Amino acid sequence: MTWKTTAARILFLMIVIGGAAAASAQQPPPPRPSDPTAPTQPPSAAQEGFVPVDQLPKAQDTMPAARLVAIAYAFVWVMLFGYVMSIWRRLSTVEREMQSVSRRIGTGGRTP
Amino acid sequence: MQKLFVPFAIVAAAMFVCAPFIILAAPYESTMGLVQKIFYFHAPIAMTMFVSAFVCGIGSAIFLFTRRSGADRVAVSAAELTSVLGIIVLVTGPLWARKAWGVWWEWDARLTSTLVLWLTFQAYLLLRRYGGPGSDRLAAGVGLFGMANVPFVYWSVNVWRTLHPKTSVVPTLQPGMRGPFWFCFLAFILFFMLTLHLRTRLEKRRAELEALYLAAEE
Amino acid sequence: MTFVRTIWLITRKDLLIEARSKEILFTTLFFAVSSVLVFAFGFVREGRAVEDAAAGILWIAIAFSGTLALGRAFERERQSETLRALMIAPIPRPALYLGKLLGIVLLLAAVEAIIVPLVSLMFQAPLFTHAWLTLGLLAAGTIGFAAVGTLFAAMLVRARSRDVLLPVLLYPITIPVIIAGVRGTSALLQAEVDLPMARLWLSMLVFFDVVFVTLALWTFEPVMTE
Repeated sequence: MTWKTTAARILFLMIVIGGAAAASAQQPPPPRPSDPTAPTQPPSAAQEGFVPVDQLPKAQDTMPAARLVAIAYAFVWVMLFGYVMSIWRRLSTVEREMQSVSRRIGTGGRTP
Repeated sequence: MQKLFVPFAIVAAAMFVCAPFIILAAPYESTMGLVQKIFYFHAPIAMTMFVSAFVCGIGSAIFLFTRRSGADRVAVSAAELTSVLGIIVLVTGPLWARKAWGVWWEWDARLTSTLVLWLTFQAYLLLRRYGGPGSDRLAAGVGLFGMANVPFVYWSVNVWRTLHPKTSVVPTLQPGMRGPFWFCFLAFILFFMLTLHLRTRLEKRRAELEALYLAAEE
Repeated sequence: MTFVRTIWLITRKDLLIEARSKEILFTTLFFAVSSVLVFAFGFVREGRAVEDAAAGILWIAIAFSGTLALGRAFERERQSETLRALMIAPIPRPALYLGKLLGIVLLLAAVEAIIVPLVSLMFQAPLFTHAWLTLGLLAAGTIGFAAVGTLFAAMLVRARSRDVLLPVLLYPITIPVIIAGVRGTSALLQAEVDLPMARLWLSMLVFFDVVFVTLALWTFEPVMTE
């Protein structure tokens, strides 16, 4: 692994994390201290089906939710991108090795 | 497939660029609010993961009974993808659960069966890596058993207890939520097919390299 | 030579070797008893076992000692290259698998004959009030565990680092067996005995056994052929 790919990865990570932080910062601050009843809602309602609403209910503390969503999406992006990059890197390593081996046996005709 | 790869990759990339905007436009859920937005990536990835596990199981079975090395290459690629997608599902799930249920983890049917499935495919990859020569056929057996095991784990934990939104949530989704959900599902299936193709190609190249080394030694 | 007779011959061979040295039986038994003791230190508080602990301890002890027995039984075959001889012999592969499976199940039954009364005694667990259901759960659970275990242990004979890989492969696959065994047994042990629940778990175990023994018979040949 060269320093360039490492640097590119660190840069990408910083952009993602920065974006996530910005996204969570853009959310309005919670209107009032978190409602103690909020986390203990009966789960059965959300188990049967999701009910859409236009606006976020005011009573809910939006701040932790925004952070959780941002972390979740950032993680998904990092994992997917990282995995594709890792396949790419392994593939190019194998290709390079193949070229050097085929050069060594002198056939030369074998193109990867 | 080689010709179709680039256009499909472009479509997939475009879909992933559009996805955040579509998810942002989707309506909020009444009881869970913003945190329910994790659903649009979490559930499609979980479904893709199960598809991937099935691809691995079927590939293993074909390899076991016909000895086609192509099937084995698909199986090992699918196993690796299952493990990567599994990590994503197992991380995004608790982030949602923390807000919706108030706990990070719950011993629920879908959570536990996902964890067991992920562990099985982790075992598959460990066997491939440390099993030595001949481990491809052994791993194929594990892949087949792992696939057959999913309904058992699911059923046994389901009798135990359930908290997770039912799978019937998906067909009953409201129009505003249905669109983004299926959009993301399509994007992930496309992603799965593309990475599977890429990963299989890596496996094929490795086999070719092996053959080349053997030729070089002679 | 009939199919059933072949199975019995293979089982008898294993039992005869075991009867002469008693190596696997004694070591497995000692291991099972000492793991029950270790769990006792974790789950007994002020002289009483934590509720539901007995069923869990019993099944974990069975799973652990089962893994040990499987590993040892196939290590013995490997050291003297006898598995290869068995594979060359003109006998159907399914008979070979079933013979080995029967040997492992009988060995584990002997171990369970000691640790079930021991757990019952040490954790005040009324395991014998519904003796037939307990016996059914133990038999079905042991067969399910051994069915997967025999296939995987046989597969791993030729693999590197097989000692570590056996539990790594075996535990995720046998989780349904452990769940069904523990839940079924604890349904019998709780204050109000839940017989329908225990029967439900027992039927699940039987279903698991049928599916996995069939699947193992089916895959044993392609997996073991070199």
